Amino acid sequence: MAGIVTIRARIRRIAMAAAAVSALVAHGAHAQEKPGAVAGKISDGVVRIGVLNDQSGVYADFGGKGSVAAARLAIEDFGGKVLGAPVELIDADHQNKADIAAGIARRWYDADKVDAIVELTSSSAALAVQQLTREKKRINIVTGAATSELTGKQCSPYGFHWAFDTHAMAKAVGGALVEQGGKDWFFLTADYAFGHSLEEQTAKFVKSKGGNVVGQVRHPLNASDFSSFLLQAQNSGAKVIGLANAGMDTSNAIKQAAEFGIVQGGQRLASLLVTLSEVHGLGLPAANGLVLSEGFYWDLDDKARAFGQRYQKVTGRMPNMIQAGTYSAVLQYLKAIEAAGTDDADAVAAKLRAMPVEDAFSRNGKVLANGRMIHDMYLFEVKKPSESKQAFDYYKLLATIPGSQAFMTVEESGCPLAN
Amino acid sequence: MVTVFGISLPALMGQLLIGLINGSFYAMLSLGLAVIFGMLRVINFAHGAQYMLGAFFAWFLLRYAGIGFWPALVLAPLGVALVGVVIEKVLLSRIYNLDHLYGLLLTFGLALVIEGLFRHWYGTSGQPYSIPSTFQGAFNLGFMILPKYRAFVIVASVIVCLTTWLLIEKTKFGAYLRAATENPTLVQAFGVNVPRLLTLTYAIGAGLAGLAGVLAAPVYQVSPLMGQNIVIIVFAVVVIGGMGSIMGAVVTGYVLGLVEGLTKVFYPEASSTVIFVIMVLVLLVRPAGLFGKE
Repeated sequence: MAGIVTIRARIRRIAMAAAAVSALVAHGAHAQEKPGAVAGKISDGVVRIGVLNDQSGVYADFGGKGSVAAARLAIEDFGGKVLGAPVELIDADHQNKADIAAGIARRWYDADKVDAIVELTSSSAALAVQQLTREKKRINIVTGAATSELTGKQCSPYGFHWAFDTHAMAKAVGGALVEQGGKDWFFLTADYAFGHSLEEQTAKFVKSKGGNVVGQVRHPLNASDFSSFLLQAQNSGAKVIGLANAGMDTSNAIKQAAEFGIVQGGQRLASLLVTLSEVHGLGLPAANGLVLSEGFYWDLDDKARAFGQRYQKVTGRMPNMIQAGTYSAVLQYLKAIEAAGTDDADAVAAKLRAMPVEDAFSRNGKVLANGRMIHDMYLFEVKKPSESKQAFDYYKLLATIPGSQAFMTVEESGCPLAN
Repeated sequence: MVTVFGISLPALMGQLLIGLINGSFYAMLSLGLAVIFGMLRVINFAHGAQYMLGAFFAWFLLRYAGIGFWPALVLAPLGVALVGVVIEKVLLSRIYNLDHLYGLLLTFGLALVIEGLFRHWYGTSGQPYSIPSTFQGAFNLGFMILPKYRAFVIVASVIVCLTTWLLIEKTKFGAYLRAATENPTLVQAFGVNVPRLLTLTYAIGAGLAGLAGVLAAPVYQVSPLMGQNIVIIVFAVVVIGGMGSIMGAVVTGYVLGLVEGLTKVFYPEASSTVIFVIMVLVLLVRPAGLFGKE
């Protein structure tokens, strides 16, 4: 496999070298016509954006190639050029490994003149790249990773967090469900840092709203069989079974919960991190009744529908919040360059913090001092097969959580930039 | 209520039953591995990929041909067995005279290629495959909800394991096979087509993995990654049972399913590790495995 990767990397490097040469030639010709037209404003005469995420592992459907397609749509919508300079997109697979992610990011920044890296699924990869971006003074906008650390203790003047985070998911699902009568919770938690923090944050909101946690079970990562845990949850008498896990673990738990008749038995199944992609993979017969939170749904309003349909034409699927969020992040980055009149990271970061975010993805969006983009979050319930009228007609809206309530304030986040 | 170590007896029985269901999958998969290793001396790392193929073939049949679960239960394993024939004829048959390590590397590489292709085509979040209508719903046993399909899996796996054991231990075909393993030259001299026998054996092993895959499709997501997760555990099962021992593979499969089920109740965090701990202990005490010949 390593061999294939290196060959692919080599081909890509050759292709990029060819692109760079042709860009140079084009740029030279262009410069002769209008000397100094681009120089000074846009470094190297091109804005290069890199999408770095998992394209082959467990989160390949979470963002994956879909995020690359979304980024391409954003560049297309912006006209392909900013301040007269062309905008280029490159992408790579970090295989969910922080060291590979950091290695690719370093090469992109040092050799390939990449100005911004977006997406960054998987928290460890996102944290590693954010650190590097800070050293190199470029921009990173995270849409695919969950940890609220990115805009917390490990926040960066050049780092932004766009689509969602553990705090927002926990608050939307935990807080809102208790208000709807789901008082007693049982957690099914993936036994690693991500699962623990998701469970802990959700439990906090459940308790603060007057609910209680009647039990929990920690399962190993990639457990594949959840029946034993589900049986424990079923016998606990809890009203809500909270799934503090992700990817295949969540899909398998939901599918097997249907088999054990958990939802028919009157218990509610709430996932703390699941998106339209996973629901699509499960199908409505298995997923109906599931409660979840996303920052985007294609059928929310006309703007979202228009974007969803364009995206579907390219990819054959509807986007989830990571993919739509990547669209929004790339678009906003280009808008910020235009507003700043330069692609200098300091100036662009200042503009990103100052400008409202209003596009197909984000409603009432703005960026806080710690780099957190806050926007409305939604609580959804997955429809029954009989309620779904067309393909991807999957969600019923249960509640809208305004951005200012869903996300942490700068003070709560503990980000040192706040002072 | 009667309790055992703080867990009520009915709840414990429920967990044991679930352990038995998982054990059924372990038994069926390790059975195929044991058959292949016992006869071909090939450590078939592609077993997980073949299990995944079985599930995907069932899904293909349903999706593109409208063929349901019952015909798929026969057709999909046959399809996987055919893939096995090709693999054996084209690749494996060339390396029988080399060290075991080459077989392991070859099949491991094959598994990566097959899984990589399916990941490329179908993504990772998996495809849905619903439970056949006969087995929709669940029995309420009082102490637990037992989905009807899971009950069927236990019965099916017992039948499959018994049949395979009978085939190899009690039939003429099985006798040829065992003889060919002992002394291929001599058996060939008696006019038995040994290469064909080996091809057939590998096909049966692969077909068994495919069958387990079809049975797993309604329970787990049909995903390119489904084989990776289970194949490592199944290898541990085979090692504990004794490489190549069919009886060992089956019995160990069920027993380890039960042990794992109990671990999930008393200390769930260790449930993915417990099998490997047992493997270490067994290897220390009986390096050939519980049922292996020294």
